[in-house]
Amino acid sequence: MLDVRGLKKVYEGSGRRVEAVRDLTFTVDAGELVCLVGPSGCGKTTLLKCVGGLLTPSGGEVLLDGRKVSGPPPGMAFVFQEYGRSLFPWMRVGENVELPLKQKDLSKARRRELVRDALESVGLADAVGAYPWQLSGGMQQRVAIARALAYEPRVLLMDEPFAAVDAQTRADLEDLVRGLWRERGITILFVTHDIDEAVYLGERVIVLSASPTVVREQLKVDLPVERDQLHTRVDPRFAELRTHVYEQIQAAKKGAAAS
Amino acid sequence: MRRALLRLVFTVALPALLVTVWWVASAGSTDVYWPPLRTILEAFPDVWTAERLRGDVLPSVLRLAGGYALAAVVGVALGTVIGSYRRVRAVCEPVLEFLRAVPPPVLVPVIMLFAGIGDTMKVTVIAVGCVWPVLLNTVEGVRAVDPVMAETARSYGITGVARLRNLVLRSASPQIFAGLRQALSIGIILMVISEMFAASNGLGFTIVQFQRGFAIPDMWTGILVLGLLGFLLSVVFQWVERRVLGWYHGLRASARRSP
Ligand SMILES: Nc1ncnc2c1ncn2[C@@H]1O[C@H](COP(=O)(O)OP(=O)(O)O)[C@@H](O)[C@H]1O
Ligand SMILES: [Mg+2]
Repeated sequence: MLDVRGLKKVYEGSGRRVEAVRDLTFTVDAGELVCLVGPSGCGKTTLLKCVGGLLTPSGGEVLLDGRKVSGPPPGMAFVFQEYGRSLFPWMRVGENVELPLKQKDLSKARRRELVRDALESVGLADAVGAYPWQLSGGMQQRVAIARALAYEPRVLLMDEPFAAVDAQTRADLEDLVRGLWRERGITILFVTHDIDEAVYLGERVIVLSASPTVVREQLKVDLPVERDQLHTRVDPRFAELRTHVYEQIQAAKKGAAAS
Repeated sequence: MRRALLRLVFTVALPALLVTVWWVASAGSTDVYWPPLRTILEAFPDVWTAERLRGDVLPSVLRLAGGYALAAVVGVALGTVIGSYRRVRAVCEPVLEFLRAVPPPVLVPVIMLFAGIGDTMKVTVIAVGCVWPVLLNTVEGVRAVDPVMAETARSYGITGVARLRNLVLRSASPQIFAGLRQALSIGIILMVISEMFAASNGLGFTIVQFQRGFAIPDMWTGILVLGLLGFLLSVVFQWVERRVLGWYHGLRASARRSP
């Protein structure tokens, strides 16, 4: 469904040239939940923005259902790392969630229904009338997720969405994402720098090298579909997988330092 | 209730004190140019009859409203265009800096050459003077749109008019209002000055007439009316601002509580 081929992105400007992503190739199947994990600054955000049509790659291409992505495609939704700056503070929660729907050809009743349904899914049905800045960080990120859900995307791109929330909230939100994925059958590409999070969430983990970035390894997470914070994290298989990914990333960092 | 009362006391205290000082200090005055406040207040109802309010205050207010509205519309529209396009900004910036540096009152004789001495001239003078703070603040506000919000809008296909209405103008609105506020005091000054140059009615005209006819207490009542008008307009402005920028004040207050 999602095809990334030979993706390369070089930032150029003011005499500086940064090769953020060198050569990335991978695919994501319909209905899959894939985690991309890599050290900070390795180009994860860059990659995701190229996939989402927010940046034009310097080389290679991204295909969605065989069609080349050249701008934000209608079937994709993006959840940004900076939740506090992604919601519009002049709109109430309900209006924030509804705004993207106004670009679609939907009746008012249908929009209402989608907004209510999405907010219920993230457990924030009561917050429709609140302003984003009246909510905690974790709640704001839930609203951003609800906004993406209401948009009914086929592909959901998430860029380190939980990097800035506290550990407890983070665990809740991870379970929320897995729950939504199972309920709604959305394809999710989830970016994180947290190895545990990648292994806990993903059906598959793609490990990126340090910059200049290539795919270092892809591994299937053969944990049961039914996961929970308490048992999954102490599962010996979980420990094996996370150790493996950890070693890969360490090796990637050393490799980068040596070369 | 008690707090509201206390606030009222605080608001009224200084004006009351100043009026008392004026009253006492001028009580025994025999200076023609400094009549006792008592004399001024006694003259007030005789001078500012309903007829005079209709014949002189109303035309002034209408000119101000016309010029101010024109400046607001033109300033926000041009400011949005200039703020949105880097190229346009590069071309316009030096010219804007020059035009802004010209003190608006010197425009009166120039504009009289083109627009005559009628209402058109006065409305034009007010508009030309008021447009700069609105324009320049709008440019700054539009430029400062948060890049994450801009990308959010783009990823959800919010473009064109919807983007302008829901993102750009809303995000720039605190700055736009700062400009409008500056413009309001400039507008009142220009209203009076333009009426002093050439007019057959209006507040500025009336005050000058009194002064020339040595009706000094009457002249002072005119100045009081001007002060009251300015005060009233600023109260109305604040009321509108509270409604439109309620979200902004809330956001700032919440940012102060949890930095
Ligand atoms: N707009 C930009 N201009 C220039 N360099 C950039 C820009 N955005 C990111 N970079 C650089 O590209 C590299 C990858 O950044 P990013 O994709 O944000 O990494 P990550 O999300 O993995 O932390 C970094 O070295 C960063 O400094
Ligand atoms: Mg990032």
